[in-house]
Amino acid sequence: MTAAQMSRTVMRIAHEILEKNPGAERLAVVGIHTRGAYLGARVHRLLCELGGHEYPSGNLDISFYRDDVAARGAVGIIPRTPQPVVKDTDLPFDVEGTTVVLVDDVLYTGRTIRAAIEALFDYGRPARVQLAVLVDRGHRELPIRPDYVGKNLPTAPRERINVRLEECDDVDEVGLVQAGEGE
Amino acid sequence: MPKRDLISIEDLSREQVELLLDTAESFLPVLERDIKKVPTLRGRTIVNLFWEASTRTSSSFDLAAKRLSADTIALKASGSAVEKGETLKDTAITLSAYGPDIIVMRHPSAGACQVLSRNTEASVINAGDGKHQHPTQCLLDLFALRQTFGRDLDGMKVSIVGDILHSRVARSDIMGFKLLGMDVTLVGPPTLIPRGIEEMGVKIEYDLANLGDADVIYLLRIQKERIKEGANFLPSLREYNRLYGMSRARLRPGQRVMHPGPINRGVEIGPDIADDDENLIALQVFSGLAVRMAILYRTIVGYTDAGSEEVL
Repeated sequence: MTAAQMSRTVMRIAHEILEKNPGAERLAVVGIHTRGAYLGARVHRLLCELGGHEYPSGNLDISFYRDDVAARGAVGIIPRTPQPVVKDTDLPFDVEGTTVVLVDDVLYTGRTIRAAIEALFDYGRPARVQLAVLVDRGHRELPIRPDYVGKNLPTAPRERINVRLEECDDVDEVGLVQAGEGE
Repeated sequence: MPKRDLISIEDLSREQVELLLDTAESFLPVLERDIKKVPTLRGRTIVNLFWEASTRTSSSFDLAAKRLSADTIALKASGSAVEKGETLKDTAITLSAYGPDIIVMRHPSAGACQVLSRNTEASVINAGDGKHQHPTQCLLDLFALRQTFGRDLDGMKVSIVGDILHSRVARSDIMGFKLLGMDVTLVGPPTLIPRGIEEMGVKIEYDLANLGDADVIYLLRIQKERIKEGANFLPSLREYNRLYGMSRARLRPGQRVMHPGPINRGVEIGPDIADDDENLIALQVFSGLAVRMAILYRTIVGYTDAGSEEVL
C-alpha cells in the first residue's frame, strides 16, 4: 500500500464512520498505541472536517492489560538496553455513554483489541464500541470483527505486516515481509 | 534460569532505573481514575514479609500489589512462627511452598535478602535490610525529584544531612543519585559519617552552614532505636537539633527538603519545615505507590517488552 492509497483508505474509513453513526455527537476516536494512535489522530482530524463537529479523541496503551505477561524467568537475563514501551493512556472525555471508535493499524489475533476493550471499560461504560483497522490480516483467535477495514490482506502466520507511518517512520506504506527477512 | 531480584541499587543500570521511573509515571493516570486497578498481575502471589516495623513501605507495597490485581499475603515477625524461633531459611522454605512470584522483605540484618533469595524460587525485593540498602526508597526519591525538577537530574546538587552511619536510605540514595549524575554532599557530625565513604564519590561537610547552593536538602531520621543511649554517637538529641536540625532560617530560598519518614519533629526537622507546603515529604509518600507498582511490574514482566504488537 502506497502513501496515496493509505491516505484514500483513511479518508474512506472516516466517511464510513460518519455514515454508520448519523448525527452522533458523542462519537470519540481512540487510537491504540503506537501506530494506532497516529492513525487515530488522522481519522479524527478527517472526521472533524467532514462532520463539521469537534469530536473528542484519545489514546490507549494496553501494556497493563496484555494476556501474555511473562512467566517468571521466561524473559531470562535482563537486557542491557531496555526499551521504554509503556505510553500514556489519555482519554480526555467522559467515556460513559459515548460511541467509541477504536483505531489500530493491523488486526491479527484480536488479543490487542480484547485488551483495549477491557482497558476502555475501566474508564467508563461506553454506549457502543466500534473497530477501525488499516489492515486485517486474518488468523483471529478471538470472536472479534472490525467495523471498518482499510484493506483485507490474507497472510500466512509466518509472514509479517509492516505498517510504516510518517509520524514515526518518515514514510507512509504497508508492506508484507517474510519472517526472518530484512526490516 | 536467573530470576530478577532487587536487593541493592547496584543491581540496576542507569537505563533500568530510568525505565522503572518511566514505568512508574505511566501508572499515574491509573491512580487518578475511578477504577484504580489494572489486571496486569492477576493470579500472581506477592508475600510481604516484614520483620521490622514499617508503615509506608509495607502499606504501599501491599496497595501497589492490589492495584496490579495480584494476591498478597502480609506477614509480620510478631505473631508468626519467627517468635517461636523459626530461622529465616526455614521461613523461606515454608513460604515457597505456596509458590509466590515475589517476596518483599524487610529485615534487621544486612544481607538477609541474599539468604532468602538462595532459599526460594521467588524474586526477592529488598524493602530495607539492616544498615545495608533500601533500594525502593531510593527509586521513589528519584521519582519525586523528577516530578519536581523534570526528567533530567544530571548535575543537580543534593546534600544528605544526618546519621549516614546507620542509614540504609543514605547508602541506596548515594548510589542512585550518583547513577543519575547528581552531585552528592554528606553533612553530619563526624561520629555519624562512616570512614572511607568518600570512595563512593561524595563530598563531606561537618558544618550545616556549608549547605551552599544545594538544590535539595535530604534529611535523615535520627534512628533512636539504633543509637543507643550512652553509645557516644551524640551528646544529646537537643545538641543535635541545635547543630544539625533543619529550620526555615537555615535554608536558602528555593531549596527543597526531603525526608524518608517517619520524622522526628524538633530533632532533625523543625515544625516550620515539617508543616509547610514547600517540602517534598508528602510527594515522596505518594511516589512510593507508583514506583512500587513499577517495581513489581518490571520484576514480573522484565525490563524490556517480551512481545511485539505483532504477536498480540
